[in-house]
Amino acid sequence: MSEKILIFGEVAEGKVATVTKEILTAGRELANQMGEPLSVLLIGENIEGAAKDAVSLGGDNVYVVNGPPIAKAHPDLYLAIVAEACKQLTPSIILFSHTDMGREIAPRLAARLKASVTMDCIKLSIEPNSGALLLSKPVYGGNAIAVWTSKPGTAQIATVRPRSAAPAESDPSRQGKIAPLTVSVDPSCVKGEVLETVVEEVQGIRLEDAKVVVAGGGGIGGVEGFTLLEGLAALLGGTVGVTRVPCDEGWKPLSMEIGQTGRIVSPNLYIAVGVSGAPQHMTGCSSSKLLVAINRDPDANIFREADLGVVGDYKKVLPSLIERCKSLKM
Amino acid sequence: MNMIVCVKQVPDPEVPPAKFRIDAKTKQVMPPEGIPPVINPFDERALELALRLKDAYGGKITVLTMGSAKSESVVKRGISMGADDGFVLSDPSFQDSDSFGTAHILAAAIQKIGNYDLILCGRQASDWDEGVVGSIIAENLSLPFIALALAIEAADKALKVKRVTTDGYQVFSVPVPAMVTVCWDVGRPRLPSGSGVIMAARKKIPVWSAADIGVDAGQVGKGAARKEAAELSRREWARKCEIIQAETPDEAGTKLAEKLREVGAF
Ligand SMILES: Cc1cc2nc3c(=O)[nH]c(=O)nc-3n(C[C@@H](O)[C@H](O)[C@H](O)COP(=O)(O)OP(=O)(O)OC[C@H]3O[C@@H](n4cnc5c(N)ncnc54)[C@H](O)[C@@H]3O)c2cc1C
Ligand SMILES: Cc1cc2nc3c(=O)[nH]c(=O)nc-3n(C[C@H](O)[C@H](O)[C@H](O)COP(=O)(O)OP(=O)(O)OC[C@H]3O[C@@H](n4cnc5c(N)ncnc54)[C@H](O)[C@@H]3O)c2cc1C
Repeated sequence: MSEKILIFGEVAEGKVATVTKEILTAGRELANQMGEPLSVLLIGENIEGAAKDAVSLGGDNVYVVNGPPIAKAHPDLYLAIVAEACKQLTPSIILFSHTDMGREIAPRLAARLKASVTMDCIKLSIEPNSGALLLSKPVYGGNAIAVWTSKPGTAQIATVRPRSAAPAESDPSRQGKIAPLTVSVDPSCVKGEVLETVVEEVQGIRLEDAKVVVAGGGGIGGVEGFTLLEGLAALLGGTVGVTRVPCDEGWKPLSMEIGQTGRIVSPNLYIAVGVSGAPQHMTGCSSSKLLVAINRDPDANIFREADLGVVGDYKKVLPSLIERCKSLKM
Repeated sequence: MNMIVCVKQVPDPEVPPAKFRIDAKTKQVMPPEGIPPVINPFDERALELALRLKDAYGGKITVLTMGSAKSESVVKRGISMGADDGFVLSDPSFQDSDSFGTAHILAAAIQKIGNYDLILCGRQASDWDEGVVGSIIAENLSLPFIALALAIEAADKALKVKRVTTDGYQVFSVPVPAMVTVCWDVGRPRLPSGSGVIMAARKKIPVWSAADIGVDAGQVGKGAARKEAAELSRREWARKCEIIQAETPDEAGTKLAEKLREVGAF
């Protein structure tokens, strides 16, 4: 078996995960341009349904490995399974989502396969003349975009940033091959064990899922100021996020941080309030559909990043904004 | 606990966007004028976690950097914070190494130092933002690997490592010696102490060459790099901002609401 493009698919509760649907979109485009089939590797227990979905979502060859579900698996085990599968399938392009598992095993797999690796890509494309794969990713804290290409003959591994492509749509009439794949891994490849896995419950809407995000920065000045932002977010059916400063100051927890070291969001509407627009923050929200800035400094960088801006003190702008939104909604 | 912390010298990531310049021809970032390079902020967190372990269990911290002779300053920074020792790895052949070359060089030095329980790396280097060198070193040295640690406890020839995940956290038990990368969430690193600064100033930092650590010339430098930059460009400001014109902030808020309604934002 020799495959061209292989996607590492993630299965959540028996279904193809949304992040995997996104790389199915990106992978399908590459496969079409290259005139090659798109292959998908799925690991889990009783995941025949997910395998069928993977075909409907754009996969041509879906390989199913019997193994523990991703949420419970030790990364060492998944790494060994994927490495073994790659030895059998010899793909020249391997795509992961930039998730906990993807970012952990992609570089280790590259070391094992002597492949190149590029993390957190936001765009994959083919150079028309050479046919080479081009991988675009933010570098320098989001200040710049680098486009990487690999030396000819080198297998290429990439992780793809969540939400950088739309999830693939299901077409139940699509045909594809589903095949079990037997891989033998030595259990001693797992060094140590997982003692505990804790998923922290989110109150309200997850930032990543929110259609509207109202983000507060250092300009909010303290915990109290956030009451206004929370009111606006609730009114618009959204949620509140923050920049680094409110976390450092202890006004809000790190779990609300947006940016390079926080969450990556892409809502329909992003309202940045008292946010300067540092690249490390903007890299986490710059793909929002409509970006609105409220800042009292007319020279703030955020105005170069926004579609709509208000220059002014948020304490004076937000109350009338909220009032008028309320009356318009009625 | 004997620890080795890998730290990289990087251009100051907090340079104002207006001062960030790229040389499109060489596909390199130009050092911002008048702003000296700094220790990678992510590696400062790795150092902080190492220092907490030293505070709790004792032991020794060695700081390692690959770069030019000028990178000595980041080793000294580590020592001024409380690390014990450090080395600079520098050789003309190291120049333009990719992540695999970098990991090969660091792994060679780690083997030369020897006798370690734990190697720590940052989450990523704030210049190229790959976040892969630590895991490649682990593969090269066949070490157990845990990513994005928030806290570490020692427990009888093993470590208990709490690491952050997207939606919570996980606790691993891992045998030593191990390689662990450190997440940003460990919090602000400590500042150098007065005595630390004096120690660092006095300390002579050895510079090791390729020959000193037995680096395989075929695995480092531009020639060995598995990938190359086809393009490097500033992130574009694709949007044009329409500033709401109003007499008072109050009026601006009202107008903004109307504009948002008009474009169907709510
Ligand atoms: C002039 C120039 C040319 C380049 N050419 C290429 C090229 O052709 N191909 C290519 O792929 N890349 C190239 N690079 C980028 C490359 O050198 C990366 O810096 C390297 O791949 C390491 O990856 P990273 O910096 O992303 O480290 P990451 O993987 O993000 O670093 C993770 C951690 O590893 C440790 N670490 C990383 N680097 C060091 C170091 N130097 N010393 C000590 N610890 C360290 C730190 O703990 C860090 O937190 C070039 C860079 C320059 C400046
Ligand atoms: C390696 C690294 C990673 C980082 N990762 C992240 C990250 O993931 N997320 C992140 O956010 N940051 C991150 N940062 C920090 C980032 O560089 C900035 O320092 C940070 O985003 C600044 O936050 P801010 O704009 O809220 O605060 P400030 O820089 O303090 O700006 C406050 C703004 O509010 C305005 N303002 C003040 N008062 C008012 C008022 N009453 N009304 C209206 N406007 C007002 C001011 O004009 C100013 O523009 C990182 C930095 C580094 C080095």
